[in-house]
Amino acid sequence: MSSTPVITATDVTKNYGDFTALAGVSIHMDSGECLAILGPNGAGKTTLTEILEGYRERDGGQASVLGVDPSRPTAAWKAKLGIVLQNATDMADLTVSETIKHFARYYPSPADPDQVMTAVGLTEKADSRNGKLSGGQRRRLDVALGIIGNPEVLFLDEPTTGFDPEARREFWVLIERLKSNGTTILLTTHYLDEAQYLADRVAVIARGRIVAQGAPDSIGHRGDAIVTWTEAGQEQSQSTTTPTIFVQELSARFDGEIPHLAIRRASLEDAYLELIAQDRQTNGGDAA
Amino acid sequence: MNTLRMGLGRVGIELKQFFRDKESAVFNFLLPMILLVIFGSVFGGQELGQSGITFSQYFVAGMIASGILYTSFQNLAISIPMEREDGTLKRLQGTPMPRAAFFIGKIGMVFVAYIAQVTILIAVGVLFFGIDLPTTPFAIFTFVWVSVLGLIAWTLLGIAYSVVPKQGRGAAALVSPVVLVLQFTSGVFFVFNDLPQWMQNFASLFPLKWLTQAMRSVFLPDTAAAMEVNGSFELGLTALVLVIWIILGAILATVFFRWTPRGKS
Repeated sequence: MSSTPVITATDVTKNYGDFTALAGVSIHMDSGECLAILGPNGAGKTTLTEILEGYRERDGGQASVLGVDPSRPTAAWKAKLGIVLQNATDMADLTVSETIKHFARYYPSPADPDQVMTAVGLTEKADSRNGKLSGGQRRRLDVALGIIGNPEVLFLDEPTTGFDPEARREFWVLIERLKSNGTTILLTTHYLDEAQYLADRVAVIARGRIVAQGAPDSIGHRGDAIVTWTEAGQEQSQSTTTPTIFVQELSARFDGEIPHLAIRRASLEDAYLELIAQDRQTNGGDAA
Repeated sequence: MNTLRMGLGRVGIELKQFFRDKESAVFNFLLPMILLVIFGSVFGGQELGQSGITFSQYFVAGMIASGILYTSFQNLAISIPMEREDGTLKRLQGTPMPRAAFFIGKIGMVFVAYIAQVTILIAVGVLFFGIDLPTTPFAIFTFVWVSVLGLIAWTLLGIAYSVVPKQGRGAAALVSPVVLVLQFTSGVFFVFNDLPQWMQNFASLFPLKWLTQAMRSVFLPDTAAAMEVNGSFELGLTALVLVIWIILGAILATVFFRWTPRGKS
């Protein structure tokens, strides 16, 4: 892997009027890496992504994508990017094949349109109008247009929203294949299982700040165990780094069996929810 | 040249979308033909004064001039806000496509759609309403330059006006009144000479009045010049007005055109 980062952002800020969308965000990505940006709605995921894609101007800080400042985009730079925006409904009257072939013309060294259509599983829909595709098929067309230019960096903004579980699995396989070809992928998603499956690293963003960053298995308190049991008619839960000792103490409180005892490893979702809850507590006063 | 090659590629894509979108095909392409048949038939053979010209002939010339407006201004001022809203423009911005290629695509689409429309309008006019096909080189030359200048002016104005509708939905409601008012005041649905003075003055500020007048010089006998306000088709003045509007349209389009919806930077 190359040692020069593909994407760097340092203290990037962005305000919309009084609203602070990004309050100093820093990320970096190495070549071939997949970084998932997680966070609640309105946390700044799309703002950050669109600044890096060249769609929005940042108010402060530094940013570089493939060595270029995204606020000064050039055609040669855009040729190396693949962008999959949120929920698109455009070009409803063109067919899948027409659209993919047409977009191939924009790039200096495009992929073969038929191969791309096969890769995203739309070969059977080649002659269907884009407007007649299902939500999942439409999203796969968006990905096809994102990868037709053989991008070095692929941006995926909530790519699987509205997918059924099977379609999501198929989509993950497609993205994994791109990853194995060395494409650097910046993914934003609401689905933590998706981030767990695809991402080498995740960054959790809340109120325009990165509150945690790291491998999906190391983020927050992922090392912790979560002990659940029933006491006084209510389900209890405790997160702990020493589950054995905790259960011993617990068993002393009960006469024999601890009702509904279960111990499991904290999932990415547990870690994420805890991080967001912590952020609400510590910063709860300063924003709506 | 890359930009030109991509621009020509976009012409094909634009035309496919123009003709496949039913609303656009009916509103921008078929409507003028429907209006031509209805108005032409209702007022059929009514002679205008002692000129020997029927209203339907007068109307056909006006509708050919209106065809310029339909295929360029109305078409673009409705379709661009929709493309701004549905993400077409944003998606294109994220590709290496030069912005000029987008406008080449639009202009190419407008010209091809106009040629198709005007061919049908002229055919209907010749077959059913007795207009004359231009035979002299001068009349043919007039038809070509009036069409080209008119299309350029109205294309630029359509691109500029595309910032007025905030949403794609409802864009037609903000665009077609402009077209209708100009048609009523510029000598399409009524004989220009019969309109009140103030209305004539109003219409003279805009290009459509000059386009209808020039098209009458092409499709009506020379004697029809006597029915014009100043007893002449005023082709020189027409060219001047169109060039002024092209300059104005270029400035307006450059200053006001937006790739993104308002409120999103």
